[in-house]
Order: sequence, then C-alpha cells, then structure tokens
Amino acid sequence: MGRILLSGNESVAQGAWEAGAVVGVGYPGTPSTETLAHFARLPDVYAEWASNEKVALEVAAGVSLAGGRVLVAMKHVGLNVASDPLLTLAYTGVRGGLVILVADDPGMHSSQNEQDSHNYAAFARVPMLDPCDSAEAMAFTREAFGLSERFDVPVLVRSTVRVSHAKSLVEPGSRAVPDDQPAYKTNPAKWVMMPAMAKQRRLDLDRRIDELTAFSRETTLNRAEYRDTSLGVVCSGVTYLHVREALPDASVLKLGLSFPVSPDLISEFAEKVDRLVVVEEADGFLGRTLLAMGFSLDSVPLPTSGELTPGSIRQAFGFEPPPLREADTSMPPRPPLMCPGCPHRPVFNALRKLRAVVTGDIGCYTLGALRPLAAMDSCVCMGASISMAHGAELAGGMGDRPIVAVIGDSTFAHTGVNGLISSVYNAGTSTVAILDNRITAMTGHQGNPVNGITLQKRPSHEVDLIALCKALGIERVRVVDPHDLEAAEDALREEVTHEEMSVIIFKAPCALLVKDKGDPYAVDEEACTKCGLCIKLGCPAIGKNEQTSKAYIDTAVCVGCGQCVQVCRYGAIVHSGPACDLGGV
Amino acid sequence: MLTTVMLCGVGGQGTILAADLLAKVAAAEGLEVKLSEVHGMSQRGGSVDTVVKYGDELFSPVTDPGMVDHMVAFELMEAMRRIHYVRPDGRMLVNPRAIQPLPVLTGDLPAPHGMQAILEEEGAIFIDADLLACEAGSPKSANVVLMGALSWGLPFALETWNDVIASRVPPKTIEANLNAFQLGRAACQKGECAR
Repeated sequence: MGRILLSGNESVAQGAWEAGAVVGVGYPGTPSTETLAHFARLPDVYAEWASNEKVALEVAAGVSLAGGRVLVAMKHVGLNVASDPLLTLAYTGVRGGLVILVADDPGMHSSQNEQDSHNYAAFARVPMLDPCDSAEAMAFTREAFGLSERFDVPVLVRSTVRVSHAKSLVEPGSRAVPDDQPAYKTNPAKWVMMPAMAKQRRLDLDRRIDELTAFSRETTLNRAEYRDTSLGVVCSGVTYLHVREALPDASVLKLGLSFPVSPDLISEFAEKVDRLVVVEEADGFLGRTLLAMGFSLDSVPLPTSGELTPGSIRQAFGFEPPPLREADTSMPPRPPLMCPGCPHRPVFNALRKLRAVVTGDIGCYTLGALRPLAAMDSCVCMGASISMAHGAELAGGMGDRPIVAVIGDSTFAHTGVNGLISSVYNAGTSTVAILDNRITAMTGHQGNPVNGITLQKRPSHEVDLIALCKALGIERVRVVDPHDLEAAEDALREEVTHEEMSVIIFKAPCALLVKDKGDPYAVDEEACTKCGLCIKLGCPAIGKNEQTSKAYIDTAVCVGCGQCVQVCRYGAIVHSGPACDLGGV
Repeated sequence: MLTTVMLCGVGGQGTILAADLLAKVAAAEGLEVKLSEVHGMSQRGGSVDTVVKYGDELFSPVTDPGMVDHMVAFELMEAMRRIHYVRPDGRMLVNPRAIQPLPVLTGDLPAPHGMQAILEEEGAIFIDADLLACEAGSPKSANVVLMGALSWGLPFALETWNDVIASRVPPKTIEANLNAFQLGRAACQKGECAR
C-alpha cells in the first residue's frame, strides 16, 4: 500500500487498528469525531458511540480489564466529563492497552472554551503524546498502546484542530494483534480502588511516572534538532511545524511525549543553545513545566490565546510581515446559522415571542442565541440547560418571564437526563423542550440513543422519550411537530403556566436529513407589507430588499419548508418556479 | 518550491470536497501535500476556508496574510474578507455571487457594494461557477467548476484531475462533474487571456 492522504483523526484510528485495538468507543465532538467514525470502518473491530465520554471511558476500562486493546476518542471538553474515571484509571492502570485521543480546539472554532488538555496529563499523572501531523498521529497512537501496557497506565494522545483536521500523506501499515494476555485473575489490589488499595496504587503511580520520566530521556518520541544554536525552541504538536516554517534556522526540541518530561532532556538541549524559548498555544503548560524545573526561559510576545501560525510566531520573534495588499475589505460578519428548513427555528421563534428566559445547551440549536431569533440566555456545557432552569426557579424565577430549558436529543441522552431526574426528584416545575431532530447534527450526523442508530449500523432501538419521562414521574409530556408553528407556540405557552414539571418533545428530522425538498417559495411583492415577521425567523433564504424594505426569498436556498408561510399574515409568501434559475442576486 | 492555495466560501458550498480534489491531484503528481480545514459550527453557513499547500518539502498546514499564491473564492464577501491573505502577485479566482450573511438579510447591517470593482482592481478573475455548474448539468458542481478554473495555470496533468474527480464524486455525477471541470478550466483560460 502506497502513501495516502489521511486526516490526523483518520490516522489515529489507523494507528490504533495497526496496534491491534479491538474496540473503539467515544462520543462525537469537533474536532475529534472522525477518529471513531473512521475506526468503525476498519476490518475486524467493534466500535460504538457511547451516550457520553464518561461512559465511553468506563466501557474502555472494561475492555482493558478483559485484556483487549481499546481506543477512546473525544474532544477536550469531553475529557472533563470523562475525568472522573480517568483520574482513578491512572491508579488502576490497564490490562489491555488503553489509549485516549483528546482533540483540543485552540481558537475555539467549534467549542465553548479552549482548555489545554496537557493539564489533564499532569493532573491525572498519565503520559501524553503530542503528534504534529498525520504520520505521527498514526505512529504515536500505535506506540501509545505499547506504552500503555509497558507502563501500566492509560495514555492520552493529544491533537488539535490543525492535527485532527489537517490531511497529509501517510503510509498505512498492517495490523499486528498482540498475543493473548495471561488468563485473567481477580486482582483487587490493582482494580478495586478502596482507600487501602488506592494508597498503594498511589505510590505505585509515582513509581510508574518516574519510569516514564526516565523513558522520556531516551525515547525517539522526543527529538532535539540542532541547527543555529543561538536560539533553541521547545515545542510540541502542530506548533513544531509552525516553528519549523517560521524559524527554519532555529534549533528545536520537539516533545512528542509532552508529559512527563525529564529535566535531563531539557538540560542537555538548554546547555547547547544560547537562548531557550518555549512556543506553545492556548496555555503556558510547557513553559510552566520548564520554569518549575528551574530553567530560565527567554520570553517572546506570543499570543496568549487562540491558535498560532508561522506568521504569528515570526512576528513574536521580531520579523517583518510580508508585503500585503492594501484594499479596504471590511465586510459584515458571517456567523453560522440554522439551515433553511431547520426544525429548531420555530421553537426559538416561539420562545422569543414568549419573552422566555432560555437556558440553552450544546448543539446546532445554540445558534438560537444569535439575532434575529436571539432567544437563548445561557450555554455552558452539555446537559446544563435542564439543571440551570431548575436553579433559576429555586432563586425565585426571572421576574415575569417564563423559564424554558432547551436541549437536543443527543445532548439529552449525554447528560441532560441526569439533570431531569434530579429536577423531578426535587419537585422542580421547569418546562423542558427536547429538540429531537433524530440525529447528532452539529458534529456531522451521528447516531445516538434517542434515534437508535448505532455506529456500525447494528440493530438497536430508540429510547422512548415519552415513556422515559413518565417513568421519572413527569405527568405533562407531549410530542409536537415544530414545523406547525402555531402548535409549537401553543404548547410552550401552555406548559410554562403549569406549576409542575413538563416536557415538550419537538420531533422533526434535521433539515439535512430531508432528501425530498419542497418547491421553493417566493414573495408576492404586491402583498408584502414590509412587516418583517418572516425576516425575524432568521432563515438564510429570506432577506430584506434594501431599496423597497420588502422581503424576498432566494429560491436557490429555499427548501420549501413553509415555516415563513405560517408567519406571514398577508398571504404574501407563495410558491415559485423551479430552482436553478440564477437570475440576478 | 512551496505553493499555497486557499479555498474560501460559505459553509456548505463544498470547499472541503474541492480542497480534497486538489490535494489528491498534487499527491498523485508526486508532491508533498498538506490540507487544513475547519469542521463543526462554521460549516453551518458560516465563513469557512480550507488551505492546501504542496511542494517538495513543507511544514505547517496553515497559512498567513500575504502568503497565498492562489485564492479560490466561492463567494464575493468571502473573497473580500481574505484579500490580504493573497500575495500582491498572487492569483484570485472569484465566483461573482453574493450570499448575504444573516445580519444583512435581517437589515441589521447594510449589504456591501462595489465588491466586484475592488476585486477587479486587485486583479481577480471572475468565474460564474453557479451558472457554469447548471450548464454542466448539476447545480451542485460549482465547486468543481472552480477547481477547473484553478487547474488552468497549475502544473498538473489534465488526466490526473479527471482521474481524481472520477474516483471522488458519486458515480452518477461523474459526467456532470467532468463537464463542470472543463467549463471552469475554459472560463479561466478565457478570462486570463482577456486581461
């Protein structure tokens, strides 16, 4: 097999497959999602989406306990959810190799924060590998399984957007399934972390980290490259590639194993260079590590948040930027938006009309926070909508405005259901809207427990949300088609007045799942009164004519969902001719 | 020799597939290649760009202002937003169509005007990719039209492009996509010759 173009995520999956991983488990999250999606397509493996990252890591712990090699994949904030098992799995260690791909999002392209997962490696005391590109993602992941078993510890492989979603040429290898483990024997001293056993394993973890620190001195995962020794840069991950492009003459210590790091490794490099500088993104993890070891670092004015680029590094080192074009090109911003025909839109339209305080959650529907819908008051983490609505009520409510929690189907199964159980148990009276669009949409359409579609298309079944809510003790549960705008608004208006817990399941498939588009609509200019109600839906197909202030519909964008027809009081939105008529836009 | 190409547009316009075609062609011609894209939220109608770099040796997958050799813009505002990325002597291919962002659609912000004139001043070649895509038999092939336009002036064999396109697009759409590629290539040739 020759070299092929693979993304970092696909390469992690390939590396795990080559290392003989038999199971892959995770929860979708940008930029990690394609890792497990790709693993699931490789031969002789089992892969599944778990309901959340904590569950995923616990499933993986079970695979490891049973002796199998297992890959776990999640985004950085997913590791927060999985941190509970992680911090104790560092104590228990593994049987079969356990490798966790954690994908960070510096610059927050698609995340609510830009936490640096290096901190988890140090916090949990587990090794972290930092590949810079697809070839390393594949090779490091393969090696990570061996390290996991050799040092009896889970191993984190950290990527970032520019590793996960960068593609480069790699040469895939063959699969080498390791020999069977010796027969399983119950071993509570290793696996049952009650205080007496945990105290011993805590000491043992220190020993394992000491061994890993010694290993960091000798491993080829780390690499010192000596060129001009007047400047020595310490870096890891994709930052190494930016540094090589920005400062081609600089000497570089590339840390492929970014935790733990041997002080001797740094000393050797530091002694050979005149000026020692750490270049890293989003956080000062490596810098703090080296400072704590007592090294003097020269500091350069690098950005303290967001992504680095070769240009930003050159600028920090005092180089002039290249000549730029001078055209004035300030443009209106283009925030992401709900697709035409999106079933979430009518729910937020109704919530805005209700002046509801909306505790939101993580998914496409978070876009309901943006104008013109502008109907979301908070978005913190997966599942927070339901618990925050309960809390807001405990504080005495929000004046005369009703409180509604809004959460998607996959997010509900992830951690929303836990909050719902707690609210019901504590006699909460929240109104919860579950936006069941039959898919995990934002991350690119994955299955989840609510739609019953599994990663490798094995038969499963859908969670019966109505029966689930009723079983929890919620009497007021109903299903509403959000495309019926009046029904959606009526349901919300009614439920917020009830002094008991209620759940409205807004059920309609994601617009991108609907293959048969309706005929597009158009605006009858004679009938349009410029009232602007259709504009307030925030549909990308509907605009306001700058000259006439009347609405217009872009027939190439319209999918004929008919939501706008329902808000127009003047019958001004009518069926139009076929698409592919590209008259002057 | 390092060549940097930036494809930009609106999430959902097909920049990712187009970049994949270019990267596979460069790889098939024996070069090192890197591609960097952004998934997730911005793909829902936001402003997106994908960078493809190829050459004998290359490092970073991302680029900076003033470093892009060829920009292919699927939309006017996205072209304008990134003009400063294109080298002063770089090439700009622009689909002369505006997709109004939500703040403009709602009347919160005025629609920008005079974009074509500024882009023309900056040396852009306009390729009406949506029109040519319809002509080619598939309105969805505008991204392949633009790759056809880009191919004119890149040192890759036509056969390599055709092979990569045929292997990458759905079988039923191969003919329409190959047509779209040809129409884009011819349009660029005509546009550059006219300058």
